Amino acid sequence: MSAFWIILTGSLVAASCGLLGCFLILRRMAMIGDAISHAVLPGIVIAYIFTHSLDSLPMILGATSVGLLATFLIELVHQKGKVQADAAIGLIFTFLFSCGVILISSWTKHIDLDADCVLHGEIAMVPFELWITESGLNLGPIAVWKLSILFLIVVGLIYVGYRPLRLTTFDPQYAAAIGVSTGFWHYLLMGAVSMTTVLSFESVGAILVVAFLVAPPAIAYLLTERLDHMLLISLLAGLISAVGGYALAAALEGAIAGAMTAVLGIEFIFAYCYYVYLRK
Amino acid sequence: MIIQAENPVVEVHNLSVTYHNKPVLWEADFSIPAGNLVGILGPNGAGKTTLIKAIMNLVDPSSGYVKLFDRPLDEVRPRVSYVPQKESVDWDFPTNVLDVVLMGRFGKRGFFRSWTRKDKEIALACLEKVGMQDFQKRQISQLSGGQQQRVFLARSLAQEADLYFMDEPFAGIDAATEDSILKLLLEMRSMGKTLLIVHHDLQSAFEYFDWFVFLNTRLVASGPKAEVFNREILQETYGSKLTLLHTISNLLTKEGLPMRDETDLE
Repeated sequence: MSAFWIILTGSLVAASCGLLGCFLILRRMAMIGDAISHAVLPGIVIAYIFTHSLDSLPMILGATSVGLLATFLIELVHQKGKVQADAAIGLIFTFLFSCGVILISSWTKHIDLDADCVLHGEIAMVPFELWITESGLNLGPIAVWKLSILFLIVVGLIYVGYRPLRLTTFDPQYAAAIGVSTGFWHYLLMGAVSMTTVLSFESVGAILVVAFLVAPPAIAYLLTERLDHMLLISLLAGLISAVGGYALAAALEGAIAGAMTAVLGIEFIFAYCYYVYLRK
Repeated sequence: MIIQAENPVVEVHNLSVTYHNKPVLWEADFSIPAGNLVGILGPNGAGKTTLIKAIMNLVDPSSGYVKLFDRPLDEVRPRVSYVPQKESVDWDFPTNVLDVVLMGRFGKRGFFRSWTRKDKEIALACLEKVGMQDFQKRQISQLSGGQQQRVFLARSLAQEADLYFMDEPFAGIDAATEDSILKLLLEMRSMGKTLLIVHHDLQSAFEYFDWFVFLNTRLVASGPKAEVFNREILQETYGSKLTLLHTISNLLTKEGLPMRDETDLE
């Protein structure tokens, strides 16, 4: 049973990240996921300081708002400050992350909260944190519930916002010229990325989140020239890596997150060979 | 020399734009009458692109305001269309020609209703007008520069607007395509539409346009061809690019002759 939960968790994270990642890589913002996953730390710490609990909801709210703040600051520094976009990302996320580290080290000394426990979830632990009701009913791992809700939100966003997201990604100037608020869709997307990043790395760890945000869309990008297909292929690539990664980890008795990421790498090599030798 | 139009469709008042405290457009003040093919000309860095971006509210002006059809842009957006430079987007984006042209229908249809048969017919008709009807299913990554340009034009036509701002629609296309696009623009003008076109080539500009806006950060001149297309204004606009001016003044003295006759240019 625990194999099932781990694979399901991996697939859910892969699916949410993969869908959002398609828009990120097309906007040339692939590494924003990495940036946000670190930048949200102060949000999590501040949420903890105010609520004194490790509940998810305040953490998610704190993290998502700081994630949006990070995106806003990156845009601001990039647009108004004449700083390259990638430099702006590096600047803002290290700054916010260090604010988080300072907050943790000076305000929360006696509590079990450190950068590691926020940033490094462990997917192998998912089956052990169960949601058991007061009457003793076992509803399965909490992470699976959270990630399922997240997946529904992400799918809903992309289903409803597919056209405006596509238009503002492809040609933001034209979108603005016909009166579409490019900022609204940008921050909606980034809000979803922040939320996804936080919820996901709490359960599977930061590296796997970054891998899932970038690798499945990059694989799909090489295999198709249609955005709707790209979204589907990136779901499929994520699913394969969740199943294949678990099998690989079981066979080698190694780390699951590492194995899933490695499978993504292998998938990418196949996609790359297809692109270079067959498609052109 | 700035000749103001009566009953203008475009009014630009004291429009200035600065980037990083340097002015790129300085107090432009002019108006454009309806039903004209208008050339926006000036040397590189003269603020031509900035001018139409500022009119479309894509960059924030540091001063001034714009009225289109005597109203602010937000009230008349469906009547206004914008063709960005083709270099402003990533042509490796995973989509096809027809999808890009259909983007021109979002203004009328909105995002959340599916395309009707009419939308598709209009999109296809617009592709036909630019001679790209055989490419509707083609991936945009496989288009040549000239074809990309024509797809952008078709998208803009699909908007069915009355006023068009086009940024370098003739850049990077061959002579045959240029002729067919020009024919299309003239046809649109005869339907009473107004087109403002950023253009880089003075010789063809003289043939194409009937109203000129000459820019060199500040507005040098705006008016009908007969009033403003002359040596002094060109000199003021382009400064010391003498070889070019020499060619043009040759052309001007031989006005009435075919402008592209190579022997005249030699």
